[in-house]
Parts: sequence; C-alpha cells; structure tokens
Amino acid sequence: MPTFHFTRTPIDAADLRRALADPACGGFACFEGWVRDHNDGRRVQHLEYEAFEALALREGERIIHEAMTRFGVTRAACAHRLGDLAIGEVAVWVGVSAPHRHEAFLAARYIIDEVKHRVPIWKKEHYLSGDSGWVNCERCASAPGADAARHGHSQPR
Amino acid sequence: MCGSWRSPAAGALSGAAARVSHVQAPVYGLVLAGGRSSRMGEDKAALPYAGRSQLERAMTLLAPHVARAYVSVRRDQKAEPVRAQFAQIEDRLDDAGPIAGLLAAQARHPEVAWLVLACDLPLLDESTLTHLLAARDPAALATAYRSSNDGLPEPLCAIYEPGSRGALEQHVASGEYCPRKFLLKAGVHLIEEPNPRALDNINTPQEYAAASRTLLRESAITAKHFTVQYYALLREQAGRSEETLESSARSPRELYGELSARYPFTLPAELLRVAINAEFADWSTPLNDGDEVVFIPPVAGG
Repeated sequence: MPTFHFTRTPIDAADLRRALADPACGGFACFEGWVRDHNDGRRVQHLEYEAFEALALREGERIIHEAMTRFGVTRAACAHRLGDLAIGEVAVWVGVSAPHRHEAFLAARYIIDEVKHRVPIWKKEHYLSGDSGWVNCERCASAPGADAARHGHSQPR
Repeated sequence: MCGSWRSPAAGALSGAAARVSHVQAPVYGLVLAGGRSSRMGEDKAALPYAGRSQLERAMTLLAPHVARAYVSVRRDQKAEPVRAQFAQIEDRLDDAGPIAGLLAAQARHPEVAWLVLACDLPLLDESTLTHLLAARDPAALATAYRSSNDGLPEPLCAIYEPGSRGALEQHVASGEYCPRKFLLKAGVHLIEEPNPRALDNINTPQEYAAASRTLLRESAITAKHFTVQYYALLREQAGRSEETLESSARSPRELYGELSARYPFTLPAELLRVAINAEFADWSTPLNDGDEVVFIPPVAGG
C-alpha cells in the first residue's frame, strides 16, 4: 500500500494502525486532524476538500520518505480525506512506528506540518450563515498582493 | 556616462529618498493610454497585433510582475471599451502628456513605486520587464533603460520610486512636461536594454504595419497548445476545471498573465505556485507544446 493516500470514504484508523505494526517497534505515534465546528471566529457547518491528486500523491510520498530517513523511524503513513466532511470526522491521519517513542513523535509532527504546507490540497469552509470560503485564499486575494505577502500567506519555497 | 546625468542636487534628493524608504516599496504598474495618437490617426491602445489590442497585450505582460496594474486614461476615455475592462487612473491635468498619468497614479498611491509603460511598445517582451525589475535601484528616483538609439534615458518603460513625486511636481510646476528631461536632471539609475528592439515605439501607420507583421510571424512560430487544470478558488473563478488552449506564452508567468486577462482571478501570481506535468516548476520554466500546467493556490490540507 502507498504510504500517502487519499480516500473519499471515512478513514479507518484501526486498519491504518495495523499496517504499521512491526515486531522491531516499541512505539507508535499518531495524529488525527478533525473537522472543527468553528474557525477564525466563524461557525463552520461542514468542510469540503479537493486535491491536485497526481502531484499531491508524489509530494505526500516525498514527505513520508523524508520523515523516515530524517528520524530513522520504521514505518510511516498518512491518509487524507477528499470531498464533503461533517463536523467531528477525521480529515487527516498520520501514524508512525519506531523502536522508541521519541523519533515516532518527531516524525509524526514533521509529516503533518509538511503536509499542511506543501501538498496541493484545498479546504473550503461552509459556514452556518450560508456562505463559504477557500481557506488561505479569499482574504489575501481581496488585499493587494504586497499586503497579502506581508501577512505571511505566501507559499513556502 | 551614467554618472554625468546625476547632478549633485539630485544625488542628495535620492539619498534622502533612500533613508525614508527603509523597506523597498511595492511596485504597481501603469500603462499610459491617455495619448491622442495624432500621428497614427487612430487610437494606439486599440490597435490589434496578432489578434489582441496593444493595451491588452501590455496589461497581460505587466500584470504578473506587479502587485496591481492600472491603465492611465483621460476623463473622456473612461468608458471606451478597450480601456473599460481594466482598473483605471484618471489624469488630473489636461494635455500634460505621460507625466500627468504618472502624477495621478502617485497621487492615488504615493507609497508605491510605479512601473510606467507607454502604450505604443508592441515589441516589448518579458525579459525587458524582468530585467528592469531586477536591476531596480530603490535609492535612485527612478530606474530606466538607456536607449540604444540615442543613449538617452527611456522614460516610458521605467520605475519611478515614491521619492520621485516631489521632484516630478516641481518639474511640472516649472513648466516642464517632458519626462525624459526629468530623468536627465534627476538621480536616475540607467541600465542597458537586454533586447534593443523591445522599446521601439510605433507612431505611424507604416511602423504599425511593420511591427504587426513581425508579431504575426512570431505568434505563428511560437503558438503552442497547453492543457490547464484549475483547482479550488481558481476553478470557481475560471468556471471550469480543465481546458486545452492555444497560446504563445513562453513561461507559466506569461500564461497566468494571459489567463488573468480572460478570467476574474483575484490571486496574484506571487501567492501561487506552478506545476508543469504534475511536478513543481519555476515560473520562468520554458513551456513546451502539450504541457499540462496547474496554478496552485495557497494550500490548506489537514
């Protein structure tokens, strides 16, 4: 199974965790990102995710590979949901198994941070008030380019 | 030669400007389309070259390089269809020529530097703009090309720093309206043209016909087919998720400029990344026929 994948159905955490089991590992660290009912002071009704899958899969695999070599962990995987998600659902799942807990925590943290910054995935928030907006895109777009860049929304690299 | 144009007084002025602007001011763009085109006999901004008006070509070329792009117009030109599709800044002085357009732009946004372009440079190319921006000296009052024809500064493909405003106003107050004379006496950073033909201006029907033939020939040679995929906000603004189009864009930057003229995109190129054939690429990567191009809005996974 690829170590980074997308799914349009609910993430089965038990299944993903089983795939990382290894007799040489004494620690397993996991991060789950959940759909929250509010963001930036607005009440969120549901979320919608889309991805540029061909590139996202490559970039996701690269991140997992970087984490494994950088922290020397045994196995690592990440799953991300696409489509419409309700409040409380798991949007992203990261799991890492390693001989010891320290590297497992570091690698899991690295993977989720890099995925959020580098993988071409977009999130649209649908608000209780009826309107919606693409996260990180709409407010900077209405400001002049220079201001938007100063707000730190410009992408890394 | 360059140093002799910088008088001691102007040098002092530019030094003051440098101290005031601790941070390099952002650059806005201004295409001057307020002229009367009297020698041409028809509106130079509306003249078509290889199927697109000169104004549209200039705005498409300029927009990806600046934080905002405007067209400079006289009051009676505001509703004219070629000009009406762009953000406008109206002249405040009548018949004062290009300098009126620049002063009106500086009055609207005194805090930014203005990259000013004439509307009769059909051969202007990408490299002439990128070189001008890269060679910009924010401590000078302006950065301009030295004309390969006469060695004089070229005022209408130049960057005017915020600090030039006072000196420009004095220039006009003293009855001078010639922007080249202004550059000759101001503290101006002069640079060499990467492509000397790029700044050939068009004033007569004969010159128009010659430039038009050159560009038609070039576009026939350079036209390529690209597939563009749109995601998230760009998909909604383009009203489609994919299209195949013919274009003579040489780089993703030029292609995004063309698409920005066609669709109401609100994301400036500097907030996007670009992918060619499903791999991250640089904005200046040469595009090949058949390439699949994706402009990537700010991401938000997790």
